[in-house]
Amino acid sequence: MKIIVCLKQVPETTEVRINPQTNTLIREGVKSIINPFDMYAIEEAVRLKEKFSGSVIALTMGPPQAEAALKEAISMGIDEGILVCDRAFAGSDTWATSYTLAGAIKKIGGFDLILCGKQASDGDTAQVGPGISTHLDIPQVTYVKKIEEVKDKLMRVERMLEEGYEIIETPLPALLTVVKEINEPRLPSLKGMMRAKQAKITLWGEKDLALDPQQIGLCGSPTQVVKIFTPPQRVGGQMLKGEVPEVVDKLVELLKGEIV
Amino acid sequence: MDYLLTDEQKMIRDLARKIAEEKIRPVAAKHDQTEEFPWEVIKVIAESDLFGLFIPEEYGGMSVNVFNLCLATEELSRACGGIAVCYAASALGTFPIVLFGNDAQKKKYLPDLAKGKKLAAFGITEPEAGSDASAIKTTARKEGKHYILNGMKHFITNGGDAETYVVIAMTDKNKGARGASAFILEKGMPGFTFGKKEEKLGIRASSTRELIFTDCKVPEENLLSREGMGFIVTMKTFDMSRPGVAAQGLGIAQGALDVAVKYAKERHQFGKSISSFQGIQWMLADMATKIEAARALIYACAREIDAGCKDVGKDSAMAKLYASDVAMQVSTDAVQILGGYGYMRDYPAEKYMRDAKITQIYEGTNQIQRSIIALQLIKEMAK
Repeated sequence: MKIIVCLKQVPETTEVRINPQTNTLIREGVKSIINPFDMYAIEEAVRLKEKFSGSVIALTMGPPQAEAALKEAISMGIDEGILVCDRAFAGSDTWATSYTLAGAIKKIGGFDLILCGKQASDGDTAQVGPGISTHLDIPQVTYVKKIEEVKDKLMRVERMLEEGYEIIETPLPALLTVVKEINEPRLPSLKGMMRAKQAKITLWGEKDLALDPQQIGLCGSPTQVVKIFTPPQRVGGQMLKGEVPEVVDKLVELLKGEIV
Repeated sequence: MDYLLTDEQKMIRDLARKIAEEKIRPVAAKHDQTEEFPWEVIKVIAESDLFGLFIPEEYGGMSVNVFNLCLATEELSRACGGIAVCYAASALGTFPIVLFGNDAQKKKYLPDLAKGKKLAAFGITEPEAGSDASAIKTTARKEGKHYILNGMKHFITNGGDAETYVVIAMTDKNKGARGASAFILEKGMPGFTFGKKEEKLGIRASSTRELIFTDCKVPEENLLSREGMGFIVTMKTFDMSRPGVAAQGLGIAQGALDVAVKYAKERHQFGKSISSFQGIQWMLADMATKIEAARALIYACAREIDAGCKDVGKDSAMAKLYASDVAMQVSTDAVQILGGYGYMRDYPAEKYMRDAKITQIYEGTNQIQRSIIALQLIKEMAK
């Protein structure tokens, strides 16, 4: 089984700071990690490899430092990493990103399965996974919480819904996005870390991929970010002050009168 | 303090720290309360290859390196001294095979121990043979192609949960210490059973049981080294393993200090943080200084052992003695800094104090360590 895991390096925080001039994320001074949801995709890929043998490639698009994310994936059991990295890709929105990644996947070729996390913890769009499958014209199943069975180019999975789940059978190759219920990602192993340290990450730029220049980077991105901001913390409410018994009495009165 | 660790050493430290923070800390209190063996954590440690740190590469390990073992043990102990000792005790049970095993014994036992598929344990202590190891009563009698073991061991860490045991028994009572021999035993050998599981003050996640031998048949190829080498095996094993106990003490002390500093910053009395009071500050400063001194001593000793230096007995005794005393002092002070909260089981300080105590006792009490140090001093003086 040949599996490709798409992952994204994100800042290790849920409180991203934003540059108000450029409307982009401020990455300086924030530690980068693999998008937590992608960890489940990595784990599932490694488990499938352990079960059916084969190989797993981790793929990401990002700045040169995203190499660290690919190395971390290798320390967990991924075989090799490919970094799609070029100034021409800067400013990509989810359309341009999924188009570019789909181009890289075409170049890899011969895959059975693509796994992605359900969404990235910074952008939260959940669009890149489905976008890739659309560009590649292969089936997609989102929010997968369990892979039930794999046989003869067919896969049966459980897809999480708001109430319950549905069972979907899809031909392979296909793209799945996975939710955290699917597994518990392993920690890296020492041997994996040593392997990762020595691993050579493949670098692909614009010239390496057969892409339409009109569909990549900022100019290939139809999304326009008009404004981006951290919503202000909710203020207001009423603070009761005084000794505890008094405050409790007051609170009970208020609850009786106004709300209950 | 920066100990100028290599990239590989940092990797080991960081991985062990990750395991400690993500997999051990959340379950430490539960195992302390239930005394349940932490198999789920052992599995994680095994998958991370840390059991390979005390086993040569050719037998499936990462190479034998006391320094790396100390780094891992320190970090694991920082979250829970009890869970960490399940790991470290397997190193103790493995060292005799690494040091004295022949190729066939190493091939048979080390690969599974390196992968953490099986745990090891070391058995020398008996009810009437603690510090005086020459008083052991367990006997091994040669009968054809087997040795027949009779007697018992007690207070054996990992006892009952380990699969591979190295046991010291007398093959010739008349020769005293020179009549002891070391054997590799497997759980399930005929005549090899376990006694009750001890209830302990601290390190409660770990298991401590009696090993009972009733005409236990051990194949002669399971004799380690030669007959009569039992005490040499033991002494050389302890020389290697003592820095590990020291590292356990160090990790416990560091974990207790972490708790104390965090609490001192959060706790307000008389309108300010108690960390602003000189009385608390001086305690924290002393705790941190002792910890750093212990760390420097352990790292220096471990490097010396890994470099192949001879006569490391005194230095490894010093490391064990000092770090375990520091563990007791620092964890006691941590309880003091947390005050009433420190005494309560809902807060993490008292567990460090209970876990610390054993490090002053096992693998040679600190009184025995002092004797080792003093005897060596006197010997050096006489030269």
